[in-house]
Order: sequence, then structure tokens, then C-alpha cells
Amino acid sequence: MTTPDSPVRKRAPRPGAAPLPAGRRRAAIRPPRPLLLTACLAGALAVLPLGYLAVRALERGPAFAWDVIADERTGSLLLRSLGLAAVVVAACLVLGVSLAWLTVRTALPGVRVWSVLVTLPLAVPSYVAAFTWLSAAPWLVGFTGAALAMTLVSFPYVYLPVAAALRGIDPAQEEVSRSLGHGAVRTFARVVLPQLRPAAAGGGLLVALYVLSDFGAVSLMRYDTFTRGIYTSYRASFDRTPAAALSAVLVVMTVALVAAEARTRGRAGHSRAGRGTARPAAPLALGRLRLPALAWCGTVVTAAVGFPLGVLGYWLAVGSSATWEPALLSDTALTTLGVAAAGAALTTALALPVGVIAARHRGRTAHLLEQAAYAGHALPGITVALALVFFAVRYARPLYQEPPLLVCAYAVLFLPVAVAATRAAVLQAPPVLEDVARSLGRSPLRVLREVTVPLAAPGVAAGAVLTFVVCMKELPATLLLRPTGMDTLATRLWTETGAGSFAAAAPYAAALILLAAVPSYLLGRHRT
Amino acid sequence: MTDLQITGLAKGYGPGAAVLDGLDLTVPGGSLAAVLGPSGCGKTTLLRVVAGFLRADAGTVALGGHTLGGPGVHLPPERRRIGIVPQEGALFPHLSVARNVAFGLTGLHRSARGRRVGEMLGLVGLDGYGRRMPHELSGGQQQRVALARALAPEPDLVLLDEPFNALDSALRAGVRADVRAALRATGATAVLVTHDQQEALSTADLVAVVRDGRVAQCAAPQELYQRPADPWVAAFVGDAVLVGGAAEGGTVNTPLGRVPLAGGPGAPGGLREGRVLLRPEQLRLTDPAAAHVRGTVTDVHFYGHDAMVTVAVDGVEDPVGIRVPGPVPVRPGGRTGIRVTGEATLHPAAC
Repeated sequence: MTTPDSPVRKRAPRPGAAPLPAGRRRAAIRPPRPLLLTACLAGALAVLPLGYLAVRALERGPAFAWDVIADERTGSLLLRSLGLAAVVVAACLVLGVSLAWLTVRTALPGVRVWSVLVTLPLAVPSYVAAFTWLSAAPWLVGFTGAALAMTLVSFPYVYLPVAAALRGIDPAQEEVSRSLGHGAVRTFARVVLPQLRPAAAGGGLLVALYVLSDFGAVSLMRYDTFTRGIYTSYRASFDRTPAAALSAVLVVMTVALVAAEARTRGRAGHSRAGRGTARPAAPLALGRLRLPALAWCGTVVTAAVGFPLGVLGYWLAVGSSATWEPALLSDTALTTLGVAAAGAALTTALALPVGVIAARHRGRTAHLLEQAAYAGHALPGITVALALVFFAVRYARPLYQEPPLLVCAYAVLFLPVAVAATRAAVLQAPPVLEDVARSLGRSPLRVLREVTVPLAAPGVAAGAVLTFVVCMKELPATLLLRPTGMDTLATRLWTETGAGSFAAAAPYAAALILLAAVPSYLLGRHRT
Repeated sequence: MTDLQITGLAKGYGPGAAVLDGLDLTVPGGSLAAVLGPSGCGKTTLLRVVAGFLRADAGTVALGGHTLGGPGVHLPPERRRIGIVPQEGALFPHLSVARNVAFGLTGLHRSARGRRVGEMLGLVGLDGYGRRMPHELSGGQQQRVALARALAPEPDLVLLDEPFNALDSALRAGVRADVRAALRATGATAVLVTHDQQEALSTADLVAVVRDGRVAQCAAPQELYQRPADPWVAAFVGDAVLVGGAAEGGTVNTPLGRVPLAGGPGAPGGLREGRVLLRPEQLRLTDPAAAHVRGTVTDVHFYGHDAMVTVAVDGVEDPVGIRVPGPVPVRPGGRTGIRVTGEATLHPAAC
């Protein structure tokens, strides 16, 4: 695949990698040592929880760990987790695929507005959705409520890739099918649907991953899953080995899902390769189905976005002055902003060397570093938190339940977000500029500071903002690692909702959404 | 003056894939050499090895007598004093034109730096453009700034990597002339990498034709065109007419008539028979009635400034091309006579 003239210019598409802009990896030049050292530090921090979890789970011998894993209760938790994941994935596939088809291929009235509205649920944390449903319909508690809340926040994970795949299919294929005597429905089933399968499968796996690692919605809905089981087991006794063993099982499950998801993404990329420049398909007239289609979109958007906002508004309106504690609210908001900013700063700082190395160098070290940094992608927040608790209690007692440990947990969890942003931003900067700077007498480190980083700065900053938003919304790790007496908006919301004081919870939910909306809005503007 | 001396340079990517295969090249100080070759011949690799971005497997690169790279020696790019002008200029998009040009001027005082930047911008004909940002410049202007940036620190050598490729043909000639003038004015030794034979022949003092990782021939443009080392080089640098022939004294007998043989490196001693190489513009169309050599016109391609006439010559297997200036006196199917002017080179038949 390389021509002798440009041996290092092209690179095989990496599974899961975004389409590569003009950029190339260097084979010949090793990363400067300070860069490599910081990157190794980041990589070590990222895999530390995983390693420690294994050590801790096996501490009392494999037999004990096996007893916990083979326990009847573990089996039932496993079934409950998988059952919830299966139902949510199925529902998300129905919602995601139908909405994608309606917004991409049909003459749905107001199609542009709809295609924005149906992605908004991504901004609603699962526990906020759970809070709104629970406060409006307490009888939903349990499986139904958990499945409903999870579906309504995660169907965009299916919608987005499927809509993109639909846009990529050459409409001429469907015309050929129609000209060969197949009706619209048969054409969709035999020509379109099979081509959507990789995108839908990838999205479905993401949803499954999200459901398995979710803690907020299932715990508020009092539906016992693995994450809730780990939390209860950790809180219930001083013996933390069972919690560690359960975490290990959960990690194995999520790692398997991430691997499966990466595989489908790789294949989806291949099937898209080689398509020509497809002209856009003529939108399909809906005819008599226009009203039902509109009603479908309206129902989904109302349930996923309108309803939570409405309920929130209701509780804010009925909340008496007794439930409003402006001082506490502003304190909590400031604390949240503080830890999230610290988390984003540390994560971005650690992601920078890893992202630069991932974008500009290759070889085993670079590859390992990148993989290590992505570990957090497979780790549910609760397991990272547990691993850091174990580690701190054993080796860094003064850090236990202190803010730095919480910030470290954010870094482990969200390093993938920041590394992906940094890597993409560095790839956008043409490497030839670095060559020019070297030839004008700059050392590799100065080239990094004067050329690479300034050029990548907007993308890195966007990654930092994104990290900031996800840190702010993080719940399980914050619950476990926060210093005694410290609360973030997410933990207050969780506590108040758990106690059934919905009116008291509402201001925190509103503050969270508002505070997360500002950076998200800025991000959107940056991207367009 | 700083000569560039490359000896025995080898570089491969993986086993059995030698990109540079014992390449030798000497560029005298102050001259502009073009490295010409088809894509995949190793030109870009050569350039990256000379600049220090790649490490060669074998061989040495020396500049002004100092070894930059060789066995056990590898000077990093920032210490080689070699300026590069990449394709499409590659200006730093976050820096103004002046700061781009000043990028390599680290040792100078502020005022001296400003003076030098002004000087360099004047040299490339962009006085007063210092405050512009790169995206506010045209492609040709960007290329000139890139040259000014490379020349500002007074490098010992400037490497230009197909710098005119991205420019449209109307602009190319002008920018090419300006670049050549700027290089002359500074007296810098320069290596221009290109796959465009016209560009190489018209711009450089010395042209090195690279084939399969080696220099097939290195000569001044006229010498290269008139006395190519072999038919491949001949065909690569221009249109060629090849016919069989036998040497006799200082001339060679061909089906197109008797032609004087050129001396120099293109004339292998002792060779009696082989292929005779002529250029299409050496052939003339004549009146068929009075000619010794006749043929039938099979095709006419008119280019404006001249035309290429293809003639099936009686007794010659392949049709020959004849370049005709001005109006074309013949049409396809017509008969014509042919006369040869100038000198020919003789090459082994098996090559």
C-alpha cells in the first residue's frame, strides 16, 4: 500500500478511527524523551485501575473470587443487566433506524428541525431522565422505568451512525431495485437495510456499553444491575473483595463489548470505502403516512426532551422557598465547576503527549500508549472509582476521599475523550510544517511548542471543553470518591431524588443542564 | 561555496524494497540542480534523507566537506543548515508572512531580524506583504514566501520539493523565473526535485535523472538532451526517434540517411551497430520528388507553436515523429521526403 516514493505518507485505516485528514506518521523519528515520559505517565495512570482491580479481586485466591462470581446472586445480576441491555438496545434500534430513515430519506415536514431535535437527548444525563420520569410517574420504578429512561437518552447512539450510513448509500441502487420490480418496502428490506447493519450494530453495541456501565438511572429506578450490586456490596461491608470480583466481571463484559464495537466499526469503514460521489436521494413523499410519521417523531422528541424539561419546569415552579436553598445551590455549582475544571485540566494535560505521539509516531510503544489511554473507554465509572479507592487505602492513604483522587478518576475515565480530540487536532496540522520548522533550526520540543501545539490548539481546547462537560455530569465515581461533605450537582440530585424530594432535586438538575449547555453550545459553534 | 556530495546512498523500506540503491550525486556550490525522475523513483526519499528527516541505510551525505549523515553520523535536521521549500509552500498558518520569514532567524537582534525579513521579501518581490496572513496570499505568493523563509537564515543548501506543482500553468513560469533569480541573487546551492522534464531543463544548471534509486545521468540540460546516456533517459527528457544503424568512421548509416555521430559520453567507443537516437526536430519534411528517403504521413497533431507529424518511412518498421515549426505543409495520407540535420547518438541494441 505504500509507493516507494512516499513510503510513510499513507496509513492503513485503523478500526474506529475517524476518516484521516492529510497527515502521516513518522517511522524514523522517535518521540522526544520528555514527551514520551509524560505520555507513559498518562498511560500508566490509565491502566492502573484495571491492573489493581485484578490484583485485588484475586487477593484471596482464585477460589474466593470464583465463589463470588459463581454466586447465585451474581448470576441473577448478570441476567438482569443483560436483560435490560437487550431490551434497551432493541428499543433504540427501532427508534434510531425509523427516525434516521424519516429524517434522511423522506419529505417529512420540518425535517431539518427534527434531525437536530432527535440528537438532543445525548445532552440529558441518564439520572436526570430517571429523575423526571420517577417524579412524574412513581409507579414506573423498576425494570420498566429503567428501560424507558435508558432508551430515551441513548437512542441517538443508533440514530447518528445509521443516518450517516443512509446518507452514504447511492440512491441509484434503490432505483435499480425498483426498476427490477421490487416495491418500496421490499427494496428497503433487501437493499437498504443490509447496508445499514454495520452502522446499526455499532450503535447498538455503544448503547449496550452505556447500559452496562450506567449507575445513575438504574439506581434511582431501584433496578438491581451489576453496577448497583457493586455499589451496594461496597457500601454494605468492610470486605471489599466481593465488590472487586464483581467489578472484574463487569470489566470483562464491557471490554468484550468495546472489542466487538471496534470490529463492527472497522468493517463499516470498509463497506463505505470505494463509494463514488453519490448524489443525494430524492426525498420520498410520505402521502397518507405523513401524519403518523409526524406523530411518531413528535412523540419521541416529546418523551426524550420535552417531557424532562416540562417536569423540571413544573418542580421548579411548585418548589416552595423551603426547598430552594440558593446558597447551597450556588456552593454546589461552584464545587462542581471546580472539580470539573480540575478534571478537564489534568485530563487534557495528560492527553496532549499521548495524542501527539498517537498522531505522529508509530511503532509498538506508540501503539501501546494509545491503547492504554483508551482503557477508560471500557471501564465503568464505578469500577474506576473502586480501583482508586482500593489503591488509595492501601498505598496513598492521605489521598483517600480527597479531591485529587477524584480528579485522577476523571482523568482515567475521560482520557479517551481528550486523546481522541488531541489526536484528530494534531492530524489536521500538516506534518510538513514540522519538517520546515526543523530545517529552520528548531529542536523537536520547540517545534512541538511553537508549531504543533498552536496549530492543534482549537481542537485540543474543544476536547478540553467536552471533557469538562462530561466531568461535570459524572455520578458514580464522584459518589464514591468525593470528600465527606462535598457534593456536586450530580450527587445532590441523586441524593434528593433517592429520598423522594423531587422539588428539592429539581434546581440541581436545572443547574446541571444549564451549566452543561453553555460549553456544549460553544462547542457546536466551534465545529460549524 | 558549498558543494553537496552524495555517495552510495541506500535506503529501503523492508526487505527487497530498495528505494535508493547506491545513489551518487555531486552538486557544485552555488548551482541549481534538478533531480528529475518518474514518480516512485526515490526523489522524495532522497530529499528527506538529505534534509535529515530520514536516516539512510548506507552511504554518506556531505555538504561543503562536512559529513551530515553517514555511518555512525546523523546530524538532526535543525543542525544541518539546509532550507526546505515543500510542495504548496507549507507556510505556518498561525503566523504572519513576516513571522514566517523570521522563523529561522533566531540568533539575530530584533532590528536586524526585521531588516532581514524586509530584505528577503524584497528579494522575492513581496515588499510590504509582511503583515498579511498566509491565507490572504495567492498560491504563487505563498510559494515565494516559502522560499524567502527558507533563504532567510542563509542556509548552505536549499531543497525544493516540486514547488511549482500546485500552481496553474499560467503562473508557473513566472514563479519559476522569480525563484531562480532569487536563488542566483543569494548564491545558494539548491536542489529542485521534479517530475516535469521541461521544468528541469529550463530551470536548472544541472539535471540528474534518477531511475530505480540511482542517477542514470547527470549533466547540463543541453548536454542531457542532445547526448542522453541511453534511450530511456532520451525518451524521459523529450521525444525520441529510434532507428537501427551502423557506424562508419565519424558517421552512422541509418534508413533515414547518413548522420554525423556526436562525441562525448553518449558515444560508446567500439560500438559498430545499434540503435541511433535522433530528436523529432532534427528531421525535416522535404519535397518527395527530390528526396532519397520517402514515407507516408499517417497522422498530424497541431499544437499551435509547432506540430508533430507521424510518418511511416519506407523500409523502417516503426513510424517516426517529425516536429514541424509553423504551418504544416502535409496532410495524413500524403507522401513526403525526409532529411536529417544535426548529430545522432548510437546505443547498444539490447538496451
